[in-house]
Amino acid sequence: MPRYILQRLLAALPVLFGILLVTFVLARLLPGDPCVAILGEKANEVTCAAFNARYGLDKPIITQFGIYLRDVLTGDLGMSFRYGQPVTRMIAERLAVTVELAFSAMLVAVTFGMFFGIVAAKRQNSFVDVATMVGANLGVSIPVFVLGLFLAYVFAIVLKDTPFALPPSGRLSAGMEVPYLPDKWGLSEGDPLFRVAQFLTNLYFFNAIINLDGKLFWDSFTHMILPAVALGTIPMAIIARITRSSLLEVLNQDYTRTARAKGLTEWVVLMRHALRNALLPVVTIIGLSLGFLLSGAVLTETIFGFSGVGRALFDGITARDYAVIQGFTLVTAIIFLVINLVVDILYGFLDPRIRLT
Amino acid sequence: MTAQDAAALPVDFELTSRRPSRGYWHESFRDLLLRRRSGQIGLAIVLFMVFIAVAAPVLATHPPNQVLIGKEPGVKRRQPPCIYAVDRLPSLPVINWFRCEAGQPQHYFGTDGNARDLYSRVLYGARVSLRAGLYTVTLAVIVGMLLGLVSGYVGSWVDNAIMRVMDVVLAFPSLILAIAINSALLTVAQDSLLARGLGLMQRGLGFEDIGLLTALLSIALVSTPTYARLVRSQVLSLKEREFVTAARAIGASPGRIVFRAILPNAMAPVIVAATLGIATAILDTAALSFLGLGAQPPTAEWGAMIGAERNQMFTSPHLIFFPALAIVVTVLGFNLLGDGLRDALDPQMKNR
Repeated sequence: MPRYILQRLLAALPVLFGILLVTFVLARLLPGDPCVAILGEKANEVTCAAFNARYGLDKPIITQFGIYLRDVLTGDLGMSFRYGQPVTRMIAERLAVTVELAFSAMLVAVTFGMFFGIVAAKRQNSFVDVATMVGANLGVSIPVFVLGLFLAYVFAIVLKDTPFALPPSGRLSAGMEVPYLPDKWGLSEGDPLFRVAQFLTNLYFFNAIINLDGKLFWDSFTHMILPAVALGTIPMAIIARITRSSLLEVLNQDYTRTARAKGLTEWVVLMRHALRNALLPVVTIIGLSLGFLLSGAVLTETIFGFSGVGRALFDGITARDYAVIQGFTLVTAIIFLVINLVVDILYGFLDPRIRLT
Repeated sequence: MTAQDAAALPVDFELTSRRPSRGYWHESFRDLLLRRRSGQIGLAIVLFMVFIAVAAPVLATHPPNQVLIGKEPGVKRRQPPCIYAVDRLPSLPVINWFRCEAGQPQHYFGTDGNARDLYSRVLYGARVSLRAGLYTVTLAVIVGMLLGLVSGYVGSWVDNAIMRVMDVVLAFPSLILAIAINSALLTVAQDSLLARGLGLMQRGLGFEDIGLLTALLSIALVSTPTYARLVRSQVLSLKEREFVTAARAIGASPGRIVFRAILPNAMAPVIVAATLGIATAILDTAALSFLGLGAQPPTAEWGAMIGAERNQMFTSPHLIFFPALAIVVTVLGFNLLGDGLRDALDPQMKNR
């Protein structure tokens, strides 16, 4: 097993280098002169020369890549041209938004997806089964942005003034106070845990729980429902389908018949014998879906006015903010790489045959 | 003797009452049409959308990009749908939605923010989306298939090199990479050697919209690894089969083995993946255009139409509803067709 893990890690190294190369090249290819984009009317030869010298844009491209590699390895992702902030700070604050959104969406997807999948498999060809499969087909065909707009319309306009009304944008209601954890914990800029504290501050659920702030929790929860459902629907539909088909396969196996023949209740057969063996494909799909969630986050964040990673990337690309584009693409790609690595290794644990190949 | 053995014997089929086998593709298509409900519905939807795309100039009531203010009396921006025939029907709430106010000109789906006829724009949108989906997948399949064939058949360091590059592409969330590549391509389109190539492609494919072309290319690039991996895994398993060994034994050239022996047998899963891929490509094109990165105004693209009017959703929901419906129906059609094809083409999935 350690050998298998080492193999997987080594295989990830060239990919990591590729990611660094791609993020660098893509940022350099983006349209327009960053100097003009950032300085606007103030851009002229003198100010641009100073600007380029300040951000190292006047050096040869190979040197720039070398500098980039060295900076990344030392944890320095540069300064955002537009916000005048270190990119690591923007990542710390905004990654929290996307992580919270992605986890909420995943929770919706796994809970409902597996529930519908199990029910559909238990009652194969019944009305529930057919409805679930039709729903799943529809679910994978609705674009995230269409579903998001639809949910916002229904819950903010049609159901306005009813108990079911939900806020269509933002993460909190106006006037909500969020405890700033670096201050609370007495951390200052430069402390290794400073960025972590900034990250945790923006994880509102976590923040509300450790501060026992019920109002903050409820407010961020109601703001999270619509985005999480909008983003979680496609993975939910996929999980429902996979759960159903792999459970159906397992339910037809001999050992399931044996379990039934032993006189076990249907519930025990399902939970202890069938579901456990049907889970492997579901785990894979959950891992793969996280990539989709990161993509879909751009759209969800745009519609619901969240300032997360996707939104930051999109804004960075339109404003030619090199450091932001590089930093955020790099971080999303590395997160994705790590997730896939974990799924690979988990797979090796769950199915010993895979380790040998 | 099983039924399959019987069918393999050269017996007179009138005696056995069994239909003669007309080959794998024929049988699979028959199966799709006769026995697969999702395939039937999917095929019907896809054919319907193709019909709309082809017949758009006949079905449309107005030119898709024509601003009607000053051209048509009583027309305003963002007018709700209005069909005069509906006024004589009993007043059901649904039908009521299409009723006209006094002096309002007839527009089946209403007018958009530039006072253009939404119905005509949605119809023409089918042309844009279907072509975008088809071209994207064709490009991705051809490139991915070649890479997969080479990778799987040659093996060794070539395989390693190709697959590592594919891994890098797959390491990015697809839409984010497509956004970045799209922006990069747009620069290239402005000032370089490649600009001429892009211009040539643009004229060749008949896209008046350069943003749509770069969106298409970036989505194709991002989805290539899927097909490369699929074909490679097929080749790896087919390579060891007897008929390939036989081809090698009679001295067939590598090219002949790959294209005549391996490729035809690897096609079924590729066709399924490509059909489902068209659905994804249409979704991604719409998503990019929604963000303002794909189709540029005034191109009638569904995602762009939704993106342009999304802030008016609360006052004029029809501007979102009709393009959204068009996307959902089209994507659903390709998804169902892909599912049906998978069931029909994969013998192991049959009768499940």
